[in-house]
This record gives sequence, structure tokens and C-alpha cells, in this order.
Amino acid sequence: MKALNRSLARFHGLFTKRRDERRLAEELEQHLAMAIEDNLRAGLSEAEANRQAKLTFGSVQATVEAYRDQRTLRWLESLASDAVSGWRQLKKHRTASASAGLSLALATGASIAAFQIMDALLWRPLPVKNPEQLYVLARAGIGYDGKPTDMTTWTYPSFQRMRDAVQGETELLAVSHSGRMDITYHSDQEMEKANLQYVSGSLFRSFGLNPALGRLLTEDDDRKTGSHPYAVLSNDYWVRRLGSDPQVVGRTFRYGDRVFEIVGVAPERFIGTDPGLPIDIFLPAMMHPGADRDDAVWHRTLARVPPGASLEPLRQKLEAISRGFERERMERAIGSSKRGVDWLTKMTLSLRPAASGVSPLQRTYRQSLLVLALLVILILLITCVNLANLMTVRAASRAREMALRVSIGAGRWRLIQMALVESAILAFVGISAGTMFAAWAAPVVVGQINHADTPVRLALLVDMRVLAFGVLLTFGVVLSLGLIPALRAAGVDPITALKGGENPQSRRRGMHTLIAVQVAFCFLVLFLAGVFASTLERLSNRPLGFSAERILNIETIAQRGQSPVFWHQLGDRLRATPGVESVSLASSALLGGMSSNSFISIKGQPANPNPAYFHNIAPEWLRVMKIPLIDGRDFRPGDSSPGAAIVNEAFAREYFNGENPIGRSFARNERSSYQIVGLVKDSPYRSLREPILPVAYLPFQTVDASGTPHPIRFGRFIVRTIADDPLPLAAALRREIAQARPDFRVSEIVTQKELVLAQTVRERLLAMLAIFFAAVAALLAGIGLYGVLDYSVLQRRREIGIRLAIGAQGTQIASLVTKEVLSMVFLGAAVGLGLGLASGQYIESLLYQVKVTDINILAIPSLTVLAVALLAALAPVLRAVRIDPVAMLRAE
Amino acid sequence: MTIRKTTDVRQGTLALMVLKTLDVMGKLHGYGIARRIAQISGDRLAVNQGTLYPVLLKLEQEGSIASDWGTSENNRKARYYQLTRVGRKQLTAEAQQWEETADIIGRFFTVKAEDLP
Repeated sequence: MKALNRSLARFHGLFTKRRDERRLAEELEQHLAMAIEDNLRAGLSEAEANRQAKLTFGSVQATVEAYRDQRTLRWLESLASDAVSGWRQLKKHRTASASAGLSLALATGASIAAFQIMDALLWRPLPVKNPEQLYVLARAGIGYDGKPTDMTTWTYPSFQRMRDAVQGETELLAVSHSGRMDITYHSDQEMEKANLQYVSGSLFRSFGLNPALGRLLTEDDDRKTGSHPYAVLSNDYWVRRLGSDPQVVGRTFRYGDRVFEIVGVAPERFIGTDPGLPIDIFLPAMMHPGADRDDAVWHRTLARVPPGASLEPLRQKLEAISRGFERERMERAIGSSKRGVDWLTKMTLSLRPAASGVSPLQRTYRQSLLVLALLVILILLITCVNLANLMTVRAASRAREMALRVSIGAGRWRLIQMALVESAILAFVGISAGTMFAAWAAPVVVGQINHADTPVRLALLVDMRVLAFGVLLTFGVVLSLGLIPALRAAGVDPITALKGGENPQSRRRGMHTLIAVQVAFCFLVLFLAGVFASTLERLSNRPLGFSAERILNIETIAQRGQSPVFWHQLGDRLRATPGVESVSLASSALLGGMSSNSFISIKGQPANPNPAYFHNIAPEWLRVMKIPLIDGRDFRPGDSSPGAAIVNEAFAREYFNGENPIGRSFARNERSSYQIVGLVKDSPYRSLREPILPVAYLPFQTVDASGTPHPIRFGRFIVRTIADDPLPLAAALRREIAQARPDFRVSEIVTQKELVLAQTVRERLLAMLAIFFAAVAALLAGIGLYGVLDYSVLQRRREIGIRLAIGAQGTQIASLVTKEVLSMVFLGAAVGLGLGLASGQYIESLLYQVKVTDINILAIPSLTVLAVALLAALAPVLRAVRIDPVAMLRAE
Repeated sequence: MTIRKTTDVRQGTLALMVLKTLDVMGKLHGYGIARRIAQISGDRLAVNQGTLYPVLLKLEQEGSIASDWGTSENNRKARYYQLTRVGRKQLTAEAQQWEETADIIGRFFTVKAEDLP
């Protein structure tokens, strides 16, 4: 009780300093006065009375000190005064402090933003029950094209078999890929987009989720194919799109040909299993049109493994079942279709941890994000090195002040505390600014990977994990900043310092090593930036083989299958629209991500292990896309599939040894036969990163055995506009279609250029950020170099002055000043070069036609580092050469 | 150099003396307490009067004494201290402790005397 009272009183004493000290002064004054009076009354002389009183009292200073120690919490007071004096010191060297704070803000801001993004996408566990028990089933092996492949999608019947076999020990859940689909709450004219995902009914129970409204899907929704037209909305979609309508349960919407009834709303924070791709509407898996097909892979399979269960027996069991299923399929297949299944029977099944979800974004961006994290760490280290050098320089200039403090009684710990407090102030200011920078930067970076096809929305929460990271970062920065000056302060020897300075050699060596480290990191960052920028450039400039300018892809869906005649009529209508140059039809867009392939066979030739890729096009398509016809002819209105085909050069090379294939025939899947009527130039099929694939273009209209054309429901109008920017015409064309044929509706309009740009999203992100970091790194390294050189000149001004006085030339002085530092720069650059070359194998998959050993790749960072070093050395060298020996010697 | 604090025993006994003085004398200012302590100890304790003030502060922080400004006999402004209820309880408790300690130590010394041949 006493102790508590005392502590509180002492804390209170922090704020009542002036009043308390005044009170003591008065009391002591009165005390002495009364003592003197008594002495006078006892008969002593005035002088003697005074002396005796003072003697009896003892040391006033000691009393005041002891009183002060009692009055407040001394360490808190010292901390406060250190903070004030630290702030004053920072203000004194405004530019240095500002640049230090800015670089710290940049580096820590980038760190926090990088961590936020990586945590949100890659590491944070799903907000479900026991996410650590979740695994995803994957298959790996050699694919149908002879190359190693890795797939996470399954067919529903095989999933059902596996699920039933392990029931009781493990729970299997089906989760489809998220897709942006057209749905309508009213009429067909009011179609809107929503992110749909098909999930097993048991998913919500397994994840331990409770509905915010209504009910969630259950096992009962998993019973029969196509019999459960129910939907669950995500909380965000319910709020955003339906305005948190409390009457939403029971409302219906139409998707495809079915009407679905909304039965409930999912709880907050659950957006599905794919971080970055939030789901709007959940549908039962058995409502998927492919639910009873054993040849359509469309969903991921998650497994909830109870704690303590061993994975290997489970894996073997599942693998056996899956292979058995595929083997049965193969036995049922005829002829060459067997080859299409054979590879599946040999795949190895694996269980991969899926606590943070199964987003395809994770796969696409994991490596890029790790590389970015590396760059960020390098920047952080460069900044810390910079600041450590800065603090060392400042500590050196305050050596005398420190020595003085030591000699009048400051303890070593007090000096260490002073140094740490000053670093802490700088760290806090820098990190606060950095946090604000991160809050702005992180969404901007995420926005870069957002494009029309896959709207990415990443929830960048600031939760415990991010805060913990921030705190750790702060500690790390304060420690690394403050350690060197603190140790220096603690080790200061008063006499040497007061006499005029310690041996500068050891300190210089430390700073120079740090410079070498800094340059090495800077070189690595520059190197990586050059590599990624090169990759982007090569990829963006890859010849397309077609013209992507001024093209609109209009994805059109007819309510019911329509004869090709009507499709062509609609095309004519569009062609007549002002502003349109040419129009054609195709099944999909080039580089749109769709791909269709089959094995083909040629009479008289052995079976070719490589499949060919197909694309259905109408006449004129080649002209609209501006793909040059090398030989033969384009399709005519009478051509249909099967029948005529146009192939590209790669096709001719692959199957006909490069001979002219015109007039030759091939069979697709040993069923339909095609005769080649035209040969066109190569162009990328579905991805810019792939080599050219052998492509056969087939006529848009397909006929059955009797020659009757099949009705067509889905098609893409490819429109080339006259104006440079095709988008303004989109609305007009949409209207035109709606007017001409109200039973046709436009699902999506996207420019070809956007599709091409979407191919390089990842590379663009990497290149952009890497270049930004490279600029920052170069700037920081330059500032650091300048600081060290400047300090070195300052320290050695006496020596330089003397040398100048006895006749040294300017160049000799320059080399004297810069020799050591430049050798460190070269050393650092060499180490950085080594690191860069070593990194080659790890970043190979992110590069395109760029090797880390390319000469120009190595040249850019080398030249940059050299330029930075020369620039940084310029001012200090000039200052050294301009030293006036006379003035300097006199002043010393 | 740091000021050497008086040992805990010294501070403790001084605090006790202050409390007892205030108990007997009632309200008293700092100089008065110092003089009284010097009187009673018969000038055998050479304690600097200055060491009194930190002790007074400590006792006040603990709540054992309370202080207020007042006027002294010679019309001087002085700070007067008095015992609080808490202080009185503390005094009784500590006095008891001292008696016990003195008793035990005394017995040791008595035993020694008996052993003398």
C-alpha cells in the first residue's frame, strides 16, 4: 500500500516540478534562517552563527539531489529530457534528418505494404474453423502434350467416388473456380455480372459458418444432379448489390436456363476459398452442368484431415481410387481417345496444405511477390546501412559532448539511452510516415493486377498480424539505427575525446565496409530491375502475327440456338453501322484464354503425339484480324465443319515437315475429316509466353452428318473500327444488336488490345516496382556515398591542407580522398554481380528470353553504380581540392 | 559520481524518529523536528539536518504524514508537518518491531555475560 502510494506520488511529481522545487527552496531558506536566529540568540557572532548553521545542516546540494531523486521517477524524466534534446538535435541538421526520415519512410512503407499484400494473398488462414486441417488434392505427372503438368481440377463423378470412400475419416469438399457470369433479377435485357462459385453443400458446415440471414447450403443440397436450385449470397454482395435487403430470402434470379432461389446470406468476412477473388453467389455443386460428366474437370477438391491423422495412407487411398476411375474411363474410350485419358491414369496424387485458400492468384503471383519482398528487404537494408552511417557521423561529431557528459558523471547506460532515444524518434517519425505511404501504396499495387477478366479485390486488413509485423519492424529499425552510436557513446574515453579526437581509422573502416554492403545490395536491385524490364519489353514486343489495334470483341449469346444465317445477318447489320470498317465471327478471341485441342491423324503417317489447336472462324476473319494468307484461300460462305480447314505455318512444320499442306487432309480424333484449303502466318494462340502452337482454323458453322447446320448459341463478333479508339463504338453496337435481334444479348465487349495487355500484367507489375525500387536504391546509395566521402574529407582536412601546402596536385588529392571508398564500391559491385548471377536459377520462370548472363543485362547496373559513385564523389572532391591550407591551419 | 544514499537502516530509524517526534509534539516544522531529534538523541547522532527533508518527502508520499504552510513563532512562513492516522498506525507497528528486535539482541548479549568465567 505504502509502495503504491509512493509510486503514484512520484509519477505525479513528474508534472509538478517547478512548484515542488520552489517549495523546497523556501523551506530550506526558512530552516537556515531559523537556525541562524537560534545561534544568534545563543550568543554566537553573526559570521559564526552562519557557519554553524550551515555546518549542522550539511550539504544543501546533496539535500536537493536526494530530494529530487525521491520526488519523481528519475528514469522517466531522463527519458523525456532525452527525447526533447534528441528532437532538437534532429532539427539542427534539417536536411540530413529529413532525408533520413524520408528514406526510412519509403523503405518501411514499402515493407509494410509488401507484407500486407503477401499476407492477404498468400499467408493469412481462411476465416473458417480449423483452417490448418484443410488440404487441396492435386495431380502431377506428364501431360497429354508430353510436358510435365500439374492440375488441381477434378471431375465430379471421380470426386464423388473418392468422397464416399473416405467418408468418416476425411471430409472431401468440391469447390469450383470462380467465374464472372451473367445473371438477371428481372428480364434478359437487364443482365448483370456476378462472381459465382459452385460448392459442396457440406462446405458451410465444415467451415463452421453460421448464416447472417436465412440458411446456408447443407448436405441435402448435394443429393441429386440439377435438383437444388438454391443460392447463398456472400455478405459483401448482399450489402453492396442488394442494399442489405432484409427480405432477400426467397428472391430469385435467372442464371443460364435455370431460376435460382436465394435461401440465405453467408456471414461477414467469408468470401470463398480464393483470396483475391471474392465470391458473390454460392451455388450447390450438383447444379453445375458438368456434374455428371466424367470427362469435364471443373472443380478443386479440398480435404479436411482431422488432427493426428497421417497423410500418406490417405493419399495412397485417394490416388488408387482416382487412377482406378481414369482407368475405367480409358477402357470405355475408343481408339485414339484412349490417349487422351492414358496420361491421367499415371498421375501422382498429392495433398497440399491449403490453410490460406486455393486462389489461382496465389500460383500466378507467389514467386513475383517473393521477388518483390526480396527487393523490399534489400531497400530496407540499404536504408538502415545509410542511416547507421549517418548516425555514426553524427555521433563522431558529438564525441566531445559525450566525453564531457561522462566526465561530469553520466553513466554509460545514460549515454546509451540518449543515443537510442534519438534513433527511436527518427524511427517513429519515419515509420509513421511509412505507414501512411503503405496505406496508399498497397491498394495501388493490387489495382495493377486487376483487369477486366479477373477483378481482383484483396482485403488489405490491418489486423494483429500486420500490427505485430509493424512493431517488429520498428524494433529492428531502432536497434539497427541506434546500436552503433549507442555502443560508440558507451565506449567513449573522455580524455582522448576531450584532447581532440580518437583514431579515425577504425571508424572509417567500419563505414567503408558498410558502403561495400550497400553497393552490393544496390547493384542487385538494379540488376533485377534490368532483368524484369527487359522481360517486359521482350514480351510486349513479341510479334503478334495479327493486328490488335482498333478491334472490339463482342461476346454474344442467343436465347436459343440460331441458324448461322441469322448470325451472319447480324454481322452484316453491324458492318453497316457507321464507324465500322469490317466485321467477322469467331468462337472465341485470340489470346482470350480459351483453348481447344485434339489429337489429329494423317493418312499414311504414324500417330503424332502432339495435339493440334483449333479455332472456329467465319469468312473474312483473317482479313479483319489482318493475318496474312500465304497460300490458298480464305473460307467461303459455303464452307462448314467438318470440311475445309486453314492451317498456320507451325501446323505445316509439325505435321507435314514444312511442305506446303494445301490439298492435304487430316482427321480430328479419328472422326471428322478436314481438307486444308489455306496456309496463314503464325500467331500466338492463347498465351504470349508460349511458343507458337500448331493451329487449324475451322469454319464457324458446323454441320451434322446430313449437312444440316447446327444451331449456334454462342459467338463472338470481331469488329474492326475506323477510329483509333474502338471503345466509343461499343455502346452503339450493343444497341444495334439489341434492336436488330432482341433475342440476342451482348454478354461482354472487350478490346483486343486489352486482352493483349492482360497477358503481361504480371511482368508489368514486376518491372514497374523493380524500376521504382532501383531508383530508390540508387538514390540511397548515392546519398550514403556522399555522406561518407564528405565526412572523410572533413576529418582529413588538416592532412589535405598540409599536402596542398607542400605542393600536391588536385588529382592527387582527389585520388587520396576517393581511393578507399571507390575500392569499396568496386568490391560491393563485384559481390552484387555475383549475387545477381547466382539468382539466375531462382527467377528463371519469371523471365522471358532473357538470360542473367546477357552482356547488356550486366552492363546497366555496372554503369549505373559507376555513375552514382562518380556523382556522389564530385562535391566532396571539389571541397577537398578547394581547401585553403592557410585558413585551415590557422583555424585549427 | 552519484550521491551515496544513507543506508536503509539509517533512513528507517530517521523516519521512525520523525514519526515519534510528531506524535509527541503534534504539528511541527522541519527545523523544529531536526532540533527535537538532536535534543533527544543528546547530540550523539551526528545526522546532517539536510538529510531530514528527503525522509519527510518519503513519509509524505507514503501517506504517513501531511504537510501544510503555516506561520511560525517569529512570524515566519514555514511548512508544518503532522501525523496522519496511517502514520500513527505505522508508528505503533514499528515501535513494536523495535522492541522485539531489541529484546532478542539483548538476550544474546545477556547470554554472553553469563558465560564469562
